Amino acid sequence: MKFVKMLLATAFTVSISVSAFAGTLDDVKGNGSVKCGVSTGLPGFSAPDASGMWKGLDVDVCRAVAAAVLGDASKVKYVPLTAKERFTALQSGEIDMLSRNTTWTVTRDSSLGLNFAGVNYYDGQGFLVKKELGVKSALELDGASVCIQAGTTTELNLADYFRANKMQYKAITYDTSDQTVKGFEAGRCDVLTSDQSQLYALRIQLKDPGSAMVLPEVISKEPLGPVVRQGDDVWFNIVKWSMFALVIAEEKGVTSQNIDNMKKSTDPGIQRLLGTSGKVGANLQLGADWAYQIVKQVGNYGEAFERNVGMSSPLKIARGLNQLWTKGGIQYAPPMR
Amino acid sequence: MVENSNTPPSTKPPWHRDPIIRGYIYQTLLIAAVIAFGYFIFNNTLYNMEKRNIKTGFEFLSSEAGFGILFSLIEYDESFSYGRTFVVGLLNTILVSGLGIVFATLLGFIMGIARLSPNWIVAQVAKYYVEIFRNIPLLIQILFWYSIVVKLPSARKSLAVGDWLFLNNRGFYIPAPVFEEGFGIVLGALLVSIIAVYLLTKWAKRQQEATGEQFPTFYVSLGILIFVPGLVFFIAGSPLSWSMPALKGFNFRGGASMIPELMALLIALTVYTGTFIAETVRAGIQAVDHGQSEAAHALGLRQGLTIRLIIMPQALRVIIPPLTSQYLNLTKNSSLATAIGYPDLVAVFAGTTLNQTGQAVEIIGMTMAVYLSLSLTISVFMNWYNKKIALVER
Repeated sequence: MKFVKMLLATAFTVSISVSAFAGTLDDVKGNGSVKCGVSTGLPGFSAPDASGMWKGLDVDVCRAVAAAVLGDASKVKYVPLTAKERFTALQSGEIDMLSRNTTWTVTRDSSLGLNFAGVNYYDGQGFLVKKELGVKSALELDGASVCIQAGTTTELNLADYFRANKMQYKAITYDTSDQTVKGFEAGRCDVLTSDQSQLYALRIQLKDPGSAMVLPEVISKEPLGPVVRQGDDVWFNIVKWSMFALVIAEEKGVTSQNIDNMKKSTDPGIQRLLGTSGKVGANLQLGADWAYQIVKQVGNYGEAFERNVGMSSPLKIARGLNQLWTKGGIQYAPPMR
Repeated sequence: MVENSNTPPSTKPPWHRDPIIRGYIYQTLLIAAVIAFGYFIFNNTLYNMEKRNIKTGFEFLSSEAGFGILFSLIEYDESFSYGRTFVVGLLNTILVSGLGIVFATLLGFIMGIARLSPNWIVAQVAKYYVEIFRNIPLLIQILFWYSIVVKLPSARKSLAVGDWLFLNNRGFYIPAPVFEEGFGIVLGALLVSIIAVYLLTKWAKRQQEATGEQFPTFYVSLGILIFVPGLVFFIAGSPLSWSMPALKGFNFRGGASMIPELMALLIALTVYTGTFIAETVRAGIQAVDHGQSEAAHALGLRQGLTIRLIIMPQALRVIIPPLTSQYLNLTKNSSLATAIGYPDLVAVFAGTTLNQTGQAVEIIGMTMAVYLSLSLTISVFMNWYNKKIALVER
């Protein structure tokens, strides 16, 4: 009988943990922190700095959500995940959201039970080669050994590209980006392939960054963005609009520096963003000042970009596609009304 | 004690107090509970996955994989299916486990016997080998050997033996035989000579048992094995050519090669498991009474013959059961391959395939089933062998 009781108790706890699944917002409020899945260390996007603080463009999305929900951008628990682990961790509820340079694809959207909440970085896949090989174009890579990270869209794009151009290659597949760089450095492979943003980040990790160069070809579309579980639309909306708030703030010229002055602004758009008029916050089940907290503590999208990957960072990546739509890029947020 | 005449004579107790029936009831209940629990877990998983819109089922196995695999024993490219990646990974796992078992057994037996050698240096070398490599975690050893292997010279500065052998950080390249028409006859001749050698050995043994006369079986067999197929080979017009490895572009092409990941993994598994086998062998030999070898020496048998004919057959009975465990360990440990990118079952199927399809439950289930069946197969074989060499009492 004891056993049966135990069985029932187990069944009960399991069903409880299942039913508690739907309300991620309540969970986050209850825990007092957002559990955010990030990479195992990718400078500019998510990597711990010298003092152990997580920094990066992806990290700033986590921080924006924490600021919107809890009013404090520092209340994030970072869970470093490899590419292979990331979706399982999100599906099983180990993390509340995934912000880990993850490419939005139809398979991931439709068969994993996940939703992509937008695009915080428009990327494309490229190649990093040793200068001593004298290769100037990806089309000269026939027969090359290519180091690559397991479980990424990169693996599929690479295969497509070499097949389309009737070239041979050997893929050496590692688990973490760290191993991939080491393999490249040791000469196990001729080429390292990944999203271009990552190539710049990985290049500065080399002992001699000058010895390698990024080839000009971009062979794929890689829209990177945060991911949440399907079936929790409240949380989906919060993550989606936390990101849009970053972009809208940049459009409106609201920065972490001038935001307190902007509160007095008569521009209705700014008023709705900062919660001085309208009910945007309440509709999202957040406080009226949710976006104010985001911009105040994290900054707007442009600030986050410059700080983490732009010209004031070691990566020095140009805005390019990630410029606002008004300035020639494709970063665009739906209207906040 | 006074016998109470009022007590009825002992009859059968009621059914619910019969220990045998009770036993059955409890066992049935337990089994039912276990099944119910399993069923609950299964259903709960299915229900939750459906609720979260996660696809289930095995249809994914037939869709196109679309990613490359570094090394495959069978034909594979990106246009093959996910099911094929399973087979590729499985064969790679079997390859490294099989080779590992062979080499670890050789190394283990040599080191185990060496530890008992009367030669002080040999015994010390064996002892330090065992104590060092047994006590370092396997994963670290794998990473260690890998870091050494990838520090070999690059493809353009390979270590070479003539135009035949090349060693560099892309692999170890040897010429590969290319069989041409007519090679089947040579293989047939080889088969015939193997059968002849087998019959010869049997005859020689019977002859020795009957007359005590020894026949030089070894040299005669060697002669047959080399001479007969060799003659047929030349008569058939040397139907064999070699594909030579040559540097073309980035890498060597042609010939046969062993990738550095396989080398590192194989060395690590062999060296690590070899230590345990060495200790098992030592234990087995020491379990044989010293009187046995003294008796053998008294009969005039040389040291080598004593070990081969007297000690080993008795020691094997002690060695085989723990040896089986080591083989199982090695097979399962081969899954650490994923740490250095060797495309075994875990790296390819439970790694990339899982991530591209997202069907974690099915893929992990299949992977576990593979290791279970591999291990059970090894177990069954070793138990059969154990029974075969068990002491036959006469």
